Amino acid sequence: MANPDDPLVRFIEVQKSYDGEILVVKNLNLDIARGEFLTMLGPSGSGKTTCLMMLAGFEPATHGEITLDGTSINNLAPHKRGIGMVFQNYALFPHMTVAENLAFPLEVRKMGKSDIEAKVKRALDMVQLGDFGHRRPAQLSGGQQQRVAVARALVFDPELVLMDEPLGALDKQLREQMQYEIKHIHESLGVTVVYVTHDQSEALTMSNRVAVFNDGVIQQLAPPDELYEKPNNAFVAQFIGENNKLMGKVTAMNGKNCTVEVDGGGPVQAFNVKAGAVGEAASLSLRPERVEINPPDGKYPNVFNGKVEELIYLGDHIRSRVNVCGHDDFIVKVPNATGHPQLSKGSDVRVGWTVEDCRALDVYEGP
Amino acid sequence: MSDQVTAAAYAGPVLAADGTLLKDRLNKTMRRRKLIAAGLVLPLGAFVFITFMFPIILMLYRSVDNPVVHDNMPQTVAALEYWDGQGIPGEEAFAAMVADLVQARKSKEIGRVATRLNFEMSGVRSVLTGTARKAKNMKAPFKDALIAANDLWGERELWVTIKRMAKPFTASQYLAAVDMRFDIDNNMVMQDEDRQIYVTIFGRTLWISLLVSVMCLLLGYPVAYLLATLPLKYSNLLMIMVLLPFWTSLLVRTTSWIVLLQTNGVINDLMVWTGIISEEGRIQMIYNQMGTVIAMTHILLPFMVLPLYSVMKTIPPSYMRAALSLGANPVTSFVRVYAPQTVPGIGAGSLLVFILSIGYYITPALVGGRTGQMISNFIAFHMQKSLNWGLAAALGGILLVGVLFLYWAYSKIVGVDNMKLG
Repeated sequence: MANPDDPLVRFIEVQKSYDGEILVVKNLNLDIARGEFLTMLGPSGSGKTTCLMMLAGFEPATHGEITLDGTSINNLAPHKRGIGMVFQNYALFPHMTVAENLAFPLEVRKMGKSDIEAKVKRALDMVQLGDFGHRRPAQLSGGQQQRVAVARALVFDPELVLMDEPLGALDKQLREQMQYEIKHIHESLGVTVVYVTHDQSEALTMSNRVAVFNDGVIQQLAPPDELYEKPNNAFVAQFIGENNKLMGKVTAMNGKNCTVEVDGGGPVQAFNVKAGAVGEAASLSLRPERVEINPPDGKYPNVFNGKVEELIYLGDHIRSRVNVCGHDDFIVKVPNATGHPQLSKGSDVRVGWTVEDCRALDVYEGP
Repeated sequence: MSDQVTAAAYAGPVLAADGTLLKDRLNKTMRRRKLIAAGLVLPLGAFVFITFMFPIILMLYRSVDNPVVHDNMPQTVAALEYWDGQGIPGEEAFAAMVADLVQARKSKEIGRVATRLNFEMSGVRSVLTGTARKAKNMKAPFKDALIAANDLWGERELWVTIKRMAKPFTASQYLAAVDMRFDIDNNMVMQDEDRQIYVTIFGRTLWISLLVSVMCLLLGYPVAYLLATLPLKYSNLLMIMVLLPFWTSLLVRTTSWIVLLQTNGVINDLMVWTGIISEEGRIQMIYNQMGTVIAMTHILLPFMVLPLYSVMKTIPPSYMRAALSLGANPVTSFVRVYAPQTVPGIGAGSLLVFILSIGYYITPALVGGRTGQMISNFIAFHMQKSLNWGLAAALGGILLVGVLFLYWAYSKIVGVDNMKLG
């Protein structure tokens, strides 16, 4: 038995190519701790599902090693890995009842009849479907099928459960409800979960850590708050949450900070994360809720004049599109709090923000 | 206006805005649609009725229809009506027979009557035609005259047969089709041992059809699985290879089997050349049951592959993956998860192949030899050679009932809704 502090899963220099020409996964190194809820997040084609399939054993790694509990599983057949998996379309066996579906992994493990019954009942109770054992999957709603799929992946007590966009087919409300349910099941069982999704809110809601994939590379691996507040590069900043992007050129470096001359605007004081040397292009990332409209004089080092182009009332906040520094897609979220500034379309405003909230990053042009 | 509608809802039948019954209104608007729908299916419906339903009904009618004696020997039929079938009938029956024979000879129908009676009691044909020639010059008492012409006229069996055939409808063709006959006392008994043939042939037909279905399933299942799981560029090629036989003349395919399988054919030559069998030990692979089964399996294979394929294509690969991830080994996964989901395809393919084989004609005729003949070959024989259309119709009728029964059993066991043909 390996040391409990050792990671449960390790990807060591893993590469994957389907055609021998293009690397879908490029040199992946990733440690997944015991009991962790790790989400692989990324746009389609970013390599996240491929990683999951390699871990499940349905795709061989072209190069590198994947270990589970300290032993290499590169050459271990999928059915010997003991990894639970929830599929995108649930993959509940249509010719079996719900109870038979749940009993299947236990039967192939040659468990006793009474043990199977007890475990199936416990698993069904866990997902609040105690009375549905005799039904066929087709007689259940989408959410219920989803719960059965989760229960089936957990019923044989695997240490690791993989989930491949399991909530993709559900409507928004149900999806949010299921997010909490899965999160609670994870917390109460202490099982390790690797979750794949392209929905960032899902990733932020459920995970201990999120690995943002793009172009076969993990762009950033961090807890949700860090991912949102401290994106490491322009891709993550744009992919996670809403983001104001200002393009410019680095004109000065001063310790942790730098000055970026924004195209068509003026010099902006920013926190240097990944900007290049002086004279190189950089992008500035600024969250819309970190911008203040008409701030008191002297509060912020960065204050610019702008013009309100559009106002959208969203209840808890007002989304204002402001033309700042020659960028007319600059979004400011004005909280609908007591005494918030009253804006009108076409009016001139001043906007300001701190150095720390404005992160100077590399330039990401998009795929 | 809307008040009126609401009020009408309380008062009883719902009225439309103009005060007419809503139901009538709805029927009126739907009538046009129904007419159009009926018009669309009418040509095909008429075609199917004229070319399919009508001939079948006619054939089934022919299997029980028995007009020859009834129409051409009216006086005898009338005279025999109250005969109790014991001994031989009285003088009036003999007189009526002579009169009918004269009349039938004149109208040239005597041949048909003789043939029909000959099916029931062999040897009668010559008696009837021979007697008919002399009948014109016969004088009373006709009983003596007829018996003098041929001893058979004094036999009770002949008269019983004539009385039985006098009825306009008969079950005797169906009895003959299952190797039975009426004996002299009109009891149903089995045909003599050496004349029994159709039950064996029906049995053989079922056996060959079953064998062909099983062979098609065994050969077709892996192909269909490959078709459903291979990447598109390979599966397209494979699909063409599956369909290729469809585009080749059945006759060409059957004769090429003759080239391959005959005693001096390619396969035997190859086996002798490689030393697997000796020159004297050449295997008879054609002109017997084996030839029929091999050639029919080849021809009917696509009818198994296509329904299987169409079912397998709808099974997402994630089912197998789910079974594997749950710890089942590949064989268990296949048997317990994949195979049960292909049952509709297996059912449809097997039923299709079985029903097609049960009525197969050309292949057994060409490569079946003596032991590979099926019931259709005998139906064809009675249609073309013996001209006993009634028996052919009865054999066909039994075949039809058998197929309908199979279909019924299938729908009871598996359910027709579960069948998937494409």
